[in-house]
Amino acid sequence: MAAVLESLLREEVSVAAAVRWIARSAQSSEDDPGEAAALSPLRPLRKEFVPFLLNFLREQSSRVLPQGPPTPAKAPGSSAALPGRPGGPPRGSRGARSQLFPPTQLPSPAAEVPSARRGGRRRGPGPARERGGRGPAGLEEGAGGEGLPWAASRRPRGSGSPGSPSLARSDPPNLSNLEEFPPVGSVPLGPAGRTKPSRRINPTPVSEERSLSKPKTCFTSPPINCVPSSQPSVLDTSPWGHGLPPGCRSLQEEREMLRKERSKQLQQSPTPACPTPESGSPLPSRIGNLTAEPADPAGVSSHRRLELVALIYSSCLAENLVPNLFLELFFILQLLTARRMVAVKDSDLEPSPGALDSLESPLFQSVHDCVFFAVQVLEHQFQVLSCLDKGTLKLLAENERLLCFSPALQGRLQAAYESSVAKVSLAMPPSAQAVSFQPETDNRANFSSDRAFHTFKKQRDVFYEVLREWEDHHEQPGWDFEKGLGSRIRAMMGQLSAACSHSHFVRLFQKQLLQMCQSPGGAGGPVLGEAPDVLSMLGADKLGRLRRLQERLVAPQSSGGPCPPPTFPGCQGFFRDFILSASSFQFNQHLMDSLSLKIRELNGLALPQPEPSDEDGESDVDWQGERRQFAVVLLSLRLLAKFLGFVAFLPYRGPEPPPTRELQDSILALRSQVPPALDVLALLQQGLRARRAVLTVPWLVEFLSLADHIVPMLDYYRSVFTLLLHLHRSLVLSKEGEGEMCFLNKLLLLAVLGWLFQIPTVPEDLFFLEEGQLEAFEVDTVASEHGLDGMPVVDQHLLYTCCPYIGELRKLLASWVSGSSARSGGFVRKITPTTTTSLGAQPPRTTQGLQAQLAQAFFHNQPPSLRRTVEFVAERIGSNCVKHIKATLVADLVRQAESLLQEQLVMQGQEGGDPAQLLESLCSQLCPHGAQALTQGREFCQKKSPGAVRALLPEETPAAVLSSAEHIAVGLATEKACAWLSANITALIRREVKAAVSRLLRAQGPEPAARGERRGCSRACEHHAPLPSHLISEIKDVLSLAAGPRDPEEGVSPEHLEQLLGQLGQMLQCRQFLCPPAEQHLAKCSVELASLLGPPAQHQLDRGQARRLLHMLLSLWKDNFQVPVPLQLLLSPRNVGLLADTRPREWDLLLFLLRELVEKGLMGQTEIEACLGSLREAQWPGDFSEELATLFNLFLAEPHVPEPQLRACELVQPNRGTVLAQS
Amino acid sequence: MILTKAQYDEIAQCLVSVPPTRQSLRKLKQRFPSQSQATLLSIFSQEYQKHIKRTHAKHHTSEAIESYYQRYLNGVGKNGAAPVLLELANEVDYAPSLMARIILERFLQEHEETPPSKSVINSMLRDPSQIPDGVLANQVYQCVVNDCCYGPLVDCIKHAIGHEHEVLLRDLLLEKNLSFLDEDQLRAKGYDKTPDFILQVPVAVEGHIIHWIESKASFGDECSHHAYLHDQFWSYWNRITFCIHYLCLLWNTLLGTPVWVTDR
Repeated sequence: MAAVLESLLREEVSVAAAVRWIARSAQSSEDDPGEAAALSPLRPLRKEFVPFLLNFLREQSSRVLPQGPPTPAKAPGSSAALPGRPGGPPRGSRGARSQLFPPTQLPSPAAEVPSARRGGRRRGPGPARERGGRGPAGLEEGAGGEGLPWAASRRPRGSGSPGSPSLARSDPPNLSNLEEFPPVGSVPLGPAGRTKPSRRINPTPVSEERSLSKPKTCFTSPPINCVPSSQPSVLDTSPWGHGLPPGCRSLQEEREMLRKERSKQLQQSPTPACPTPESGSPLPSRIGNLTAEPADPAGVSSHRRLELVALIYSSCLAENLVPNLFLELFFILQLLTARRMVAVKDSDLEPSPGALDSLESPLFQSVHDCVFFAVQVLEHQFQVLSCLDKGTLKLLAENERLLCFSPALQGRLQAAYESSVAKVSLAMPPSAQAVSFQPETDNRANFSSDRAFHTFKKQRDVFYEVLREWEDHHEQPGWDFEKGLGSRIRAMMGQLSAACSHSHFVRLFQKQLLQMCQSPGGAGGPVLGEAPDVLSMLGADKLGRLRRLQERLVAPQSSGGPCPPPTFPGCQGFFRDFILSASSFQFNQHLMDSLSLKIRELNGLALPQPEPSDEDGESDVDWQGERRQFAVVLLSLRLLAKFLGFVAFLPYRGPEPPPTRELQDSILALRSQVPPALDVLALLQQGLRARRAVLTVPWLVEFLSLADHIVPMLDYYRSVFTLLLHLHRSLVLSKEGEGEMCFLNKLLLLAVLGWLFQIPTVPEDLFFLEEGQLEAFEVDTVASEHGLDGMPVVDQHLLYTCCPYIGELRKLLASWVSGSSARSGGFVRKITPTTTTSLGAQPPRTTQGLQAQLAQAFFHNQPPSLRRTVEFVAERIGSNCVKHIKATLVADLVRQAESLLQEQLVMQGQEGGDPAQLLESLCSQLCPHGAQALTQGREFCQKKSPGAVRALLPEETPAAVLSSAEHIAVGLATEKACAWLSANITALIRREVKAAVSRLLRAQGPEPAARGERRGCSRACEHHAPLPSHLISEIKDVLSLAAGPRDPEEGVSPEHLEQLLGQLGQMLQCRQFLCPPAEQHLAKCSVELASLLGPPAQHQLDRGQARRLLHMLLSLWKDNFQVPVPLQLLLSPRNVGLLADTRPREWDLLLFLLRELVEKGLMGQTEIEACLGSLREAQWPGDFSEELATLFNLFLAEPHVPEPQLRACELVQPNRGTVLAQS
Repeated sequence: MILTKAQYDEIAQCLVSVPPTRQSLRKLKQRFPSQSQATLLSIFSQEYQKHIKRTHAKHHTSEAIESYYQRYLNGVGKNGAAPVLLELANEVDYAPSLMARIILERFLQEHEETPPSKSVINSMLRDPSQIPDGVLANQVYQCVVNDCCYGPLVDCIKHAIGHEHEVLLRDLLLEKNLSFLDEDQLRAKGYDKTPDFILQVPVAVEGHIIHWIESKASFGDECSHHAYLHDQFWSYWNRITFCIHYLCLLWNTLLGTPVWVTDR
């Protein structure tokens, strides 16, 4: 590899040829024969070149004191050692960063053990673990006979170049693992790894046992080692200390050991060629001295050499030969902002003769070199840079080094900054919004039983209670989700017995998830510009300041470096913890089903695909809408896919890959049988074919990022990764033109894919796949010429939302500006952009028939807004149509059903028939009327759509266009409405009728209907009647007075009673405030009152007064009460018994009352007779029984009286009174 | 009308171990002539209910029930017409209606083969004529009509008050031209829990956004307020409110003033 580089540096081979050579396996005709000849012997090394180059640069820059967190890297190491430097100790000891991509094949036995991260580990003691034959012995398969081992080094970090094995043995375990994948049960370290500890902050453990995984710290611990390991405490105060996992700090001990080992080694080594900053050089610590060395173009050691390397490096970037573009940019910016360089021995600095064009001398000999190189690369990357957000551009444009080294580039950046509109701003903090009750899906009819319905009702409340509690507490120290909420969640899940309840709950869960966490910070709140009420009271100026202040306060300090592991920030944490705490298999399964469905639905959503229009003003407005909708869909998809990945791979997730090959094979055999949770391969292929990769790939990446270690080895997912790799390689940013993806679209894909390739569970060798496969990447995009990929759907806002880690570039630059950590708190805070509101449903597009094609053609030539308007109108009118039919036709039918039912009930008496049978007969009568729905629906759409289209389209729309648009809208609306109606109208009628019938049956017969008719008072009524509650209370007082005990001064005056009954009459006529239960009680109380009037002992009324009151009551019962009055109570033993205690007993009032009841038709003769009959059966005092019998006979004696009132009053009463009194 | 905490406390102070009878309420009215009967009754009822909740258990031990029953039997044995049950209830500081229920239950256990169901007992309390024993029927009736805090009649009064104020509130809304969905309409739509009214267009009152209104015709002391909040308001929030900056309007009829309930 080094040979290639050297020949490049000697300019034997042109850079272009070299890149062609790297990128393409076949020789191109453009190749100069001489160059080809120079390169051909090196062919087998071809694909080793890029990892070598990356390693080389990291190594060379190892002495740089950078800004910000270290640049991680992930690539298999180069297998070739530098010529003339066969992996000897002197070379290997140069800087820890150099160990990023250690060579794999080292001739010396000393180097054998640590030869390469991957290979070395595999070769260590212990069972071989060459998965898929890709171990050191895996050449046969992996390298396609190129003789290169797949044993490329796993990862730069923490690897030592061939140094002393003893060092490797002391390589400490790195405890700072990713939170998401805690390496439980990791095995003690083997001696395989070789670490150059000299400048490492976090030595990475390299264990045999972990050969299949990446070191878990890969994204958080620094490959650029700038702080001497003897100063571990520096970490805690370093500006980017936050970005480092807490575990780092506990490594002090190991570092101590490491240092001892190292000093031992130094003593043993006769020619310690390595710089030893920690022991000797006066290296300034970060806190102590942050002032940067000035960089001066004049100080650059070798322009030509640096230019060449920069050129080849940039070419590799341009061809997407590196795994992660933004990581490399981060590295370059680190070089640009390097504070200073660790002092190097003089001997190293002195260029030996001829060293300039070889690799003998260090590439970066000073800060000047670094900056020069960085600026060179940045010049090549201007296109990418110009697409970064405005803030980053400003920082770059204002960077004095850049100005000093390349005023031209600075000028371009300044111009780009000034024209940039890519302001990326921060989201408002998330707010918990409850998912509203959805009558269509949440009502009783959707549950199997009342119980399930009520259980769900309770669950909804528990769920929100838990959510609120989490919101209140999760930021408190010491609060634990599982401890705080676990048991409650499980108790709730335990109640979800029926499958149907699970699906209801999952729907709620998913909706809430989408509502709360559509953006990375979990912010689902209002979009900027829609400030909450409180803020709107401030003036615009103050508001802006407040907003900025809030951004400072709210934004997370760091997103964890340029390659953070997958996390669940903000509200997402709640949902993750909920799933974990619930630990319910059923729930997970339902959730997966639901997520998959939603993902498919959103992924297949027909996003508007308008042609780029030349009407610039309008298209701008339109594109904002498109972008926003696209962003919402994309972010929703990413969120759903992330949770799907989380749940789907949850059962398999472990901290480590299987330790042995046998185990792994058996797991693979087992897992390959399991069908994927979602057919992502098909969806990806589909997406590529339809040129919708920009939508599909970002969510797919989220899904895969949560895969377990085995997943990438499964054939199925291997194909997915292969496709993704092909895609990555094909996204050459510089290519522009017809059929190419938009620049920012590409950038988004490159960013997410680059991030994916750095995920710990993704094997790094994946990226440097067999070339043969790469050649085969041909996507058939004929199906759709104008897919989403070709449209500018991605903007910076979305890019930064999806890839917050790109913001690290800005932070890095800002920290360079701010200089000391004290002034600005280190890095400038991260920016968390927000997303827009929820999705509007898209009308399904039908492309059937010529008419549809015509419509498509019509839209094709019109501005995109036209199509959207028409589709929107069609969608709304169609939906309104259904609602209208429901409110008119169906409601009419329900009323018919009610009256039919009434008739039937009257016919069959109160028992009615079997309700199910009743319902059947009603439905069979009514459902045929449903056919009218289609006609009415058509009419409705015909009538309503044109007006709506006309109102929404511009006034100036040509008449022909307008009328076509109206026609299409009518057609689409009708189609939509009729499709729904014809499929559902019968079921709808059935459902509504059923509900009405059960309502009616429950209400028992015709009474409620009657009540409904008679309810309410006249319009003129001003509702001044006393309130029912007052009257009940008053009557109750009278009753209690009568029932006693009472104080001597208490009593009821006849006037009071009369007044009371008068009020009762008023109230019963007004009825404004009356409810049936109150009326029932009043009726009963009035009867009790009447029975009190009989026995004189209960009151101080004379007979006339009592009779007047009874008349009032009788008229109330007859005319005013609308509920049945329990008049039989008058003859209950208890009430009649009141008479028994009085002397003399007065029967005449009772008899009068009974006769009046019969007269007024309030009670039947026979009914009274029956009551009297049963009265006689009760036990009474002897004389009372006799009197009762007399009363009975008297009542029977005068059955039908022509003029009841006269006879009753004058003839019967005095005599009987006397008789009874005398008896 | 706004009642201060001190006023409330003063009223509540007078209600300590006072039997819930007509006479007590009359005395209370004399003591606080400026307060309406409804307010006083509501406070009385609420304070008394708190008292009953505290002491409920001790009246339901089997020993207590047995001793009450024996005392009742002795009492009516001497004089069936005397207010035996009512006096017993007052003496042991228990609600007459609830005492009547204890004795009735015990009586039915003795006289019927099957233990009485709750609905049978409730029905007998509503209509004592159904009680097979005439003396007991009278005693129970006397208890029920004399109890101003418990019993079917009191329940009915409370229910009626609630309904009346809902109607009042509805009238107010109509008067103000506010479009709303009431409980019945919401139920018809399939909502499981509903407040009295959901405003179709939210309104702002005193700077607060109101989405829904619940009328509560009872005195909103802290304790009952808290209970409502838990049982009902969160349920509404879970279903209806879309915005964190929401408040509900608690229409406190007895105080005549709106009470704001915030969600935090």
